Amino acid sequence: MSAKHTEADGLLVTDGLIKRFGGLVAVDTLHLSVARNNIHSIIGPNGAGKTTVFNCIMEFYQPDGGEVWFNGGRIDGLTPDKVAVAGISRTYQNIRLFKNITAVENILVGMHIHLKSTWWGAVLKTKAAKLDEEQAEAEAFKILDFIGLTGRGDILARNLSYGDQRRLEIGRALATKPQLLMLDEPMAGMNPKESMEMMEFVRKVRDERDITILLIEHSMRVVMGISDRVSVLDHGVKIAEGTPSEVQNNPAVIEAYLGAEGMQALK
Amino acid sequence: MAFDVVASARQEREKQVSPVQRAVITGLIFGGFAFYFALVGILTNFHERWIIFDYISLGHALLIVVAGSAGLYLASKSRANSHAGLLMQGAGAGAITGLIMALLVFVIVNFNLRFIFVQLKKPLLDVLTFNLDPWAGAACLVAGGAAIGALGVLFFIMTPSLRRPLVAGLAAVGFTGLFQELIQLMIQNPSVMWLRQLIFNWDGLMLQGAAILFVLFAGIYAFWGWRREQITAGFNRLPVSQQKTVRVSSIALVAIIALLFPYVAGNFIGQVLMLVGLFTLMGMGLNLEIGLAGLLDLGFVAFYAVGAYTTALLTAHSDAAFMQLPYWLAMPIAVFFSICVGVLFGVPVLKVRGDYLAVATLGLGEIVRVIVLSDAAAPVLAGAQGILSIPRPFIGSFELDNPVALFYLTLVCSLIAAYIAWSLENSRLGRAWTAIRDDEDVAQALGINLVNVKLLAYGLGAAFAGLAGSIFAIMLGSIFPHSFQLIISINVLALIIVGGMGSLPGVALGALALIGLPELLREFGEYRFLFYGLVIVVMMRLRPEGLWPSASRRREMNVSEEERAAVEAELAASKAAAGKDA
Repeated sequence: MSAKHTEADGLLVTDGLIKRFGGLVAVDTLHLSVARNNIHSIIGPNGAGKTTVFNCIMEFYQPDGGEVWFNGGRIDGLTPDKVAVAGISRTYQNIRLFKNITAVENILVGMHIHLKSTWWGAVLKTKAAKLDEEQAEAEAFKILDFIGLTGRGDILARNLSYGDQRRLEIGRALATKPQLLMLDEPMAGMNPKESMEMMEFVRKVRDERDITILLIEHSMRVVMGISDRVSVLDHGVKIAEGTPSEVQNNPAVIEAYLGAEGMQALK
Repeated sequence: MAFDVVASARQEREKQVSPVQRAVITGLIFGGFAFYFALVGILTNFHERWIIFDYISLGHALLIVVAGSAGLYLASKSRANSHAGLLMQGAGAGAITGLIMALLVFVIVNFNLRFIFVQLKKPLLDVLTFNLDPWAGAACLVAGGAAIGALGVLFFIMTPSLRRPLVAGLAAVGFTGLFQELIQLMIQNPSVMWLRQLIFNWDGLMLQGAAILFVLFAGIYAFWGWRREQITAGFNRLPVSQQKTVRVSSIALVAIIALLFPYVAGNFIGQVLMLVGLFTLMGMGLNLEIGLAGLLDLGFVAFYAVGAYTTALLTAHSDAAFMQLPYWLAMPIAVFFSICVGVLFGVPVLKVRGDYLAVATLGLGEIVRVIVLSDAAAPVLAGAQGILSIPRPFIGSFELDNPVALFYLTLVCSLIAAYIAWSLENSRLGRAWTAIRDDEDVAQALGINLVNVKLLAYGLGAAFAGLAGSIFAIMLGSIFPHSFQLIISINVLALIIVGGMGSLPGVALGALALIGLPELLREFGEYRFLFYGLVIVVMMRLRPEGLWPSASRRREMNVSEEERAAVEAELAASKAAAGKDA
């Protein structure tokens, strides 16, 4: 079967993605192409449909039209767990950790698809199962180090500080060993200093782990520093795309953000 | 957030209540309990059993507990420091509780409401008036209520070093009095006749026996409280190897006593413990589904039925059976068959969540029972006639034909099942279950295959129930469709809730409390479901994590004030930051 979108078009391609909720068109014929090893940001005002795009890519929602291609294979129509196996992982706007288990356990859940131990192996305490568990734990602690939570592995997820929870959620996503990591407003609710640190961290993830990053943010300022490419969404329509500086000066973008009246005021 | 607003509003309101009002309200609430117990007949029923022969009946003990609880409750809720005031309040609340009972006396004496409230007649009057004339009895109720209410307060404000031995002594007396028949059965041996004669007579616990027990247990406890530090210090001074020996040998001693207990206690206890064991087995299975994977299942009895029927069809000496396999061959087949049914059962409800899942599984469970009962399946499953003469299993030439032997079989199976459940809990699959319980969508996005994981939960949960059903079949020697009613599912669910979701020891404790106790005390047995309801409501209110919760569940249910404050602060900070950002 020849692929319609090969990897040359981008690691992730959405080809005319449509999602409707009743009469509302949340995402309207979106063409998006995320190049490998880029940090690609989707920005837009509240309610622009950014998170819906994520949900369509992850297949939480079945798209109403269009196709989603990942790594040269089509992924729309799969279930979310298959998408995860294909190599996409994500975080959530409102942190959705497993709150009542520890930080390490959260990461171990993330490693689920890469562990081989079976339930009967666990019951019979086979050598393979034991080894698997030991390796998993070691790996989990490595991830913990990477996200800067060294020594905090045994703390319940919900008792971690807000910033640590954000990082842990990224750590959990990394545990699935994704090729594409989708971050939904990772800097939400952070002060400028914390935002800076988070941006540094996102860059570190890309550089050291060789992972492509697709990032949602509604504050334009935040993403300008780290993005290779920015797509702007408004009312489900992509209104601009380009490098951060191109987008920043695009009148359509400014209007979407400030509204027509704001434009008047600026003039 | 909303919760805090409500909570603070409640505190606000509480501050405005005067001490007198609070005493009256508390008295009315607890009086209401006593009133209810009297009207539904629990009081009269309990009065037939002595705790201390000729002195205190279980019914009177219940009244004492209610009035005492009023005082305890008042003292626990009060922030005032004046002890005299508190004692007055407790006495007032207790008196009001007594007054409500006195009102009942008045009603019984003067009116005939028996056609509506069947309990309002002579036996209840006897309980309430202590066989005195009505006016003297009523006065006793009020005065006694006041005294006991005050005692309840006193009990709360006394120092723990005094309270703990008292509790120990009272508990020992209550326990011995309640279970005197069983205890007397166990010490029938002539060599301990002197002990029996010292404490019991034919009818129950004697006053002198109660006094001896109280002094003995309170004394032991007081001694322990007094010398505790020296004893533990002495223990810690021992070399590590000796410490270990002491620890292991004491655990072994307790285990051996527990193991030999049913053997010594005889068939009746064996039978009760065996039922407890069966329900523990089922509880552990349902625990995999509900406690770990969060899949509410009200059709659990279906798997129990499958296990029982498979065993019956494979082993019974009757025309209904397909073959006469030895039990040890039939049991694994029954378990395997239960797993298959569990998986099949899971398929239609895979996408159903929460409350809807409860209703869907309820329906599926009923379907199994209706099929078994139906005429269509009657040629195979024998319909309402049931399957008779299921033989008992043999080990070599030893037939497991008495309840004690069967109890040991159940115990072995339970231990194996507990080990399996424990291993699963701490495995990759267990983590996946916990994940889908917490957040199904997120778990799926992390690559957890919901279909596999959920079907495994249903299948493995069903295996436990199938095993229990299989043992149930040989225990009774015959099975009928009406043994597999919805109420079994509800019992199992209730015992998990009471014991503590996700906790293995909790399941055993819950089974002991909800299955064992009603079997041992027929007074409870009669009002079993009333007590179930009461116990569950009280548990949800006071200890939602269960009697013996698993570590994670305890954390979940008890978000401490500090934690909540920390989260609030965090939220506020993040909001402020967001505000600045925008």
